[in-house]
Amino acid sequence: MDDLRKKAKELLESKQAGVVIGYGNGTGDRVRAIFAQSPADADKLVFDDRCLQNLTVYLSKSEVRKIGKPAVVVTLPGLRTILQLASEKQVAENDIIVLGISPEGALLDLPGFKAITDYVASANLDYTDAEMRNLDEVLKLSLDERFQFWNDELSRCIKCYACRQACSLCYCSRCTVECNQPQWIAVPSHDLGDFEWHVMRAMHLAGRCVNCGDCARACPVDIPINLINHLLAQVTFDSFGLRSGTSPEADYALSTFRPDDKEDFIR
Amino acid sequence: MSSFEPKIVAFVCNWCTYAGADLTGTSRIKYAPNVKVIRFPCTGRIDFMLLLKAFARGADGIIVSGCHPNDCHYTSGNFHARRRWMVFRRLLDFLGIDVRRVHFFWISAAEGAKWAEMVNETVETVRKLGPFERYQKLTTAGVA
Repeated sequence: MDDLRKKAKELLESKQAGVVIGYGNGTGDRVRAIFAQSPADADKLVFDDRCLQNLTVYLSKSEVRKIGKPAVVVTLPGLRTILQLASEKQVAENDIIVLGISPEGALLDLPGFKAITDYVASANLDYTDAEMRNLDEVLKLSLDERFQFWNDELSRCIKCYACRQACSLCYCSRCTVECNQPQWIAVPSHDLGDFEWHVMRAMHLAGRCVNCGDCARACPVDIPINLINHLLAQVTFDSFGLRSGTSPEADYALSTFRPDDKEDFIR
Repeated sequence: MSSFEPKIVAFVCNWCTYAGADLTGTSRIKYAPNVKVIRFPCTGRIDFMLLLKAFARGADGIIVSGCHPNDCHYTSGNFHARRRWMVFRRLLDFLGIDVRRVHFFWISAAEGAKWAEMVNETVETVRKLGPFERYQKLTTAGVA
């Protein structure tokens, strides 16, 4: 943590960074995102195991971009997000400074995309046992039970779109849900609108989601939305061999193709 | 004997399957009248949301059909579509929607007979599954 503060102070003092996006103490026992703009602010930075939010979500916000070049505190999911955003031409290498943190909490030296790519390549990107268990639990249900399961879960949805706001990869300035001509997704949070919203969200993140888990953490009614993302990440990996957020030049699974893509259902 | 007649919506591409379905008619091949054909420029244009809209408006089954691989009028629209359906089908299944209600075919402009056969087959499959009440109920849930 001292390394992090020292580095942040350096960046702000030398004006290499206009703002350091990191974690600070919030109300109660919580941490929150803080935007350090002066060397004195850098002392407010903290890092511990409560710091789970993927702070790259702020990189695409114009309010943040206006302050100056951002330096952002990230762990593995955040690093993958940066690579994914780079592959989608949303961040350029010289636009940001990356303050990577290892699983042990040490500050990593990641000077460019090449270093991030190498770091991500050496990391274990598999789902944890708990994540796999959650996925299997839904998959082993019968079709009827699955429909009921999701109907029960999604019926709690209040369409607050916190999952979208928390997602670093949901950066469209105009989202389909706000489009009312044609109205793709019904506005009220009834069963149909909820279902359509979550299908659309999942499809738009298929092959892009980096499994940071912020959507599920942001959900005020605890819908396990990241389960759907997990499934689709697995499908795109198994079917196309593409894993999101592993290279700044990677293809997006659904905007590219191979003539020999294999399926078994089109006749 | 049930009197249930499935409603099938077919999303087809202009260049192959639409012309193929036309050939079925001009060849005077009879097939199930349950299908409503919607013509698109290309299978690549068929958004997954359109399929959901069809279900929400009362479709019991869906056909998506276009040019065979390598035959796309726009070179690669059907290849992109194929990837999209590979992902979307798994998503539907995960959410508990029977994928036997959504059928995908490659039918060229010369395959009038195949179109008739595939429509008949789809209608029979969906007839056995019954009306898609489960999804249609979503549209009225919470609405007085």
